[in-house]
Amino acid sequence: MANTPDYHWPPMEARKVIGKSPRRVDGPMKSTGRARYSSDLKPKDTLFGVYLTCPHAHARVTGIDTGAAEKIAGVKAVDVLAPAGTEVQWQGYEVAAVAATTEEIAREATRAIKVEYEVMPHLVKEDDLAKAGARAKQGGERLVGDPDKAFQEAEAACEGQYGIPVVTHCCLEPHGQIIQWQGDQVNAWPSTQFVPGYGGALGQSLKVPATNVKVKMDYIGGGFGSKFGPDAWAVVAANLSKKAGGRPVKLYLDRATEQMIAGNRPSAFAKVKLGGKKDGTVTVWQSESWGTGGFGPAGGPSQPYVYTNIPNIRQVHTNVSVNAGAQRAWRAPGNQQASYLTCCALDDFANKIGMDPIEVFKINAQYAPQARVETYRYQLDKAAELAEWKKLWHPRGEAGAGPVKRGLGVAFGAWGGAGHASQCRAIINPDGSVHIEIDTQDLGTGTRTIITQVAAESLGLPMGQIKLSIGDSSLPPDNASGGSTTVGGVSTSTRKATLNALAKLFEAAAPALGAQPEELEAVDSHIRVKNSPNKSITWQAACRKLGANAISEMGANVPANANAEGLNTGGAAGVQIADVSVDTETGVVSINRYTAVQDCGMIINPRLAESQVYGAVIMGISTALFEERIMDEQTGHVLNPDMEFYKLAGIADIGDIHVHLDIRPENDKRGVIGLGEPPAIPICAAVGNAVANAIGVRVPRVPFTPDRVLAALEGRNA
Amino acid sequence: MSSKKEPELPARPKTRFSRRGFLGVGISGGALGTALLEREAVAAPANVAGPGPVAITLNINGKPVNLTVEPRVTLVDALRNYLDLTGAKKVCDRAACGTCTVMLNGKSVYSCAVLAIDAQGKNIETIEGITSPEKMHPVSAAFWNNDAQQCGYCTPGFVMACKGFLDEHPNPTADQVKHGLGGNLCRCGTYMGVRAAVLEAAKAAKGGKNG
Repeated sequence: MANTPDYHWPPMEARKVIGKSPRRVDGPMKSTGRARYSSDLKPKDTLFGVYLTCPHAHARVTGIDTGAAEKIAGVKAVDVLAPAGTEVQWQGYEVAAVAATTEEIAREATRAIKVEYEVMPHLVKEDDLAKAGARAKQGGERLVGDPDKAFQEAEAACEGQYGIPVVTHCCLEPHGQIIQWQGDQVNAWPSTQFVPGYGGALGQSLKVPATNVKVKMDYIGGGFGSKFGPDAWAVVAANLSKKAGGRPVKLYLDRATEQMIAGNRPSAFAKVKLGGKKDGTVTVWQSESWGTGGFGPAGGPSQPYVYTNIPNIRQVHTNVSVNAGAQRAWRAPGNQQASYLTCCALDDFANKIGMDPIEVFKINAQYAPQARVETYRYQLDKAAELAEWKKLWHPRGEAGAGPVKRGLGVAFGAWGGAGHASQCRAIINPDGSVHIEIDTQDLGTGTRTIITQVAAESLGLPMGQIKLSIGDSSLPPDNASGGSTTVGGVSTSTRKATLNALAKLFEAAAPALGAQPEELEAVDSHIRVKNSPNKSITWQAACRKLGANAISEMGANVPANANAEGLNTGGAAGVQIADVSVDTETGVVSINRYTAVQDCGMIINPRLAESQVYGAVIMGISTALFEERIMDEQTGHVLNPDMEFYKLAGIADIGDIHVHLDIRPENDKRGVIGLGEPPAIPICAAVGNAVANAIGVRVPRVPFTPDRVLAALEGRNA
Repeated sequence: MSSKKEPELPARPKTRFSRRGFLGVGISGGALGTALLEREAVAAPANVAGPGPVAITLNINGKPVNLTVEPRVTLVDALRNYLDLTGAKKVCDRAACGTCTVMLNGKSVYSCAVLAIDAQGKNIETIEGITSPEKMHPVSAAFWNNDAQQCGYCTPGFVMACKGFLDEHPNPTADQVKHGLGGNLCRCGTYMGVRAAVLEAAKAAKGGKNG
């Protein structure tokens, strides 16, 4: 083509589809129950797969007998996964799997498998580091400046202990998939955040060429970081399928197993000491933290969080290996813990020197990365204004008489969110229809909708004229939906593919308009000469000039070039304020109002962006008030691998949430930035600080359940 | 499990399918449930169905449907695994999350806590029967209009619960909405949209549309 199209986003005021809030394109399918998730499918001759799991936290399998199970009518395949001699390190570990003609028969068969265990000693709790013994492994100490000297010179110092527990992802659609392995062909219908990478990884495990693995997924019922590559259960389902003569095997985890082995967020506990000046400036940070990500190693949260340039730092983290299922990425991994430890300590320092925490957070914003210093100051002021901080805030514990105390708390977060590598194909057919093909996935974030918006904007067409295909391994590969990287990736690749295709259409239409291709533009379903609206033909007429040949053009987001191109970038700050009431007689914490000020880049669909922030805040409130994986020290069991005692927030528990997206021209110019994770970070800290503000004492441990609140009020540990 | 001793259970029905009814009264999981699950099938008296598959007829969305299921099969499993009606989802399988909500004789119920054989002779309405992308029920339309869905896995159950709630509370207050829909859980956090959707659907119903 003669010239490379100008890929830049159209100016804010010129946009017709981008920046508007059309309803999500898959809404009618979802709100009528017609969206078919992989767990809804039942290809012909499907067998149901069920796991038998280990009931012990630590045990050796000494014998396993599947004879009786194999004799049950309807059982088509049995696979032993933990043969005699296997040392099992957590409850819920997969011991055997069965495929049968009905789910009931498969469950019956797992109960007929006889397993003998030698039960071994376990450690399942990490909150008391003193009891962890040799299971605790201390990392290296990080030293910046001279903390000892800084504490000697400090005008004020405060010490606190804080803890944030293991929580689970609790995806409503459990982990699992349907796999059919027939000869050298594999069909997979997974629930995954990474459709384009799934087939290659599964093929490698099965020693089948990636070309022979077909992957298809239309919808996914939640992932939150826990569903990327094909898990062990994909390989198990494949093996069962092969054993059963190539019949598809549908293997999804039951709820208890889901909660025990399909991922969780590591805990973090810490003793934090801060020193500084009475004007609010922090000069020294010291923390000893510990936590667990299950049996295997897990990194600790970064400390201090965001205010990384505090001049004197001593920091050390200890990982505790426990007999429990392994951690996985959980919506902004490590960041909730880091935000909690840092923002609570800053709030306690503000209390110690008798200052308003907003002022202390603002003064110390000097320690944020250079480019973000002013953003945080702006956002702290904005959030305070929206939350009526000046009117409602009071010094800690001065909430007045009466048993119900109101309090406010502030916290911050930060995330990257630049677009991942992505490829997109745009097809313009001679009949005028348009097909966008991209092997990505829509986690419910609205990916389908924003791709359609970008294509419609770029081609000057209504959204209804764009057909979109995603979630199929035969399409051009996008990437994993993790790290809030999808929106930047797909919007950039779609923008470039559609403009590349449009340039070809301009070439075909130019002679009829007596103009050069680069003089043309696509507006309101017409191709016309720029600045000469009268010289115009309809989109359909232009497409007819293609004769029999459709246009098919690619577009790519290449992360290394993204900054220069300016279509997407990373770096989203955020400040949030919780306004809570605490009943000091019952210990119940309730959210009155929650304010989220969210830094962002160019927003493609404000409604969907707001939904992301609402959702992130609600998930955060759920973890602040209710969620904790509870382990039993005696039996080693998970006590709440379910949804009645692993409590999620309901519709009555979230208060009123106010979202402020910082849509200003200077942010718009930054290009698209992902929003799924950044607003999910500060909630535990903001709520924790609000509770302390309300009742006058720190409740150190998340979640802020009535027992912990009452214990804190009475000066007890809980 | 190492324990060989079974707990004493007075008046426990002797058929395997009773475990659901037993669990349904509020005991779930734990040693007691496991002991029941592991118990060998006891020969059933002549007047009791099962334990093998039995032919049953369910009245679903106004039509009789014949199927053959074991008596222990729950309504949600019958819908999803035997009839391919997959709007209702199985998530907690213990009557805690509401994603399996259907209407039984006009009342919303958790279909994971109802045995398929016990649903015989009752009017079962699933989401497939009340709404479709081509002809959206006002509740579905309100969910779409208010972005009350993200991943969408809880959405069909929420739509059915909203319909059941509005049938009983055609003019709900915001507080009634919060309490009336407390039996459904969403992990993506769509509650703000759901609150708005319920109020919009209530208004739409008053505007003379069918509800």
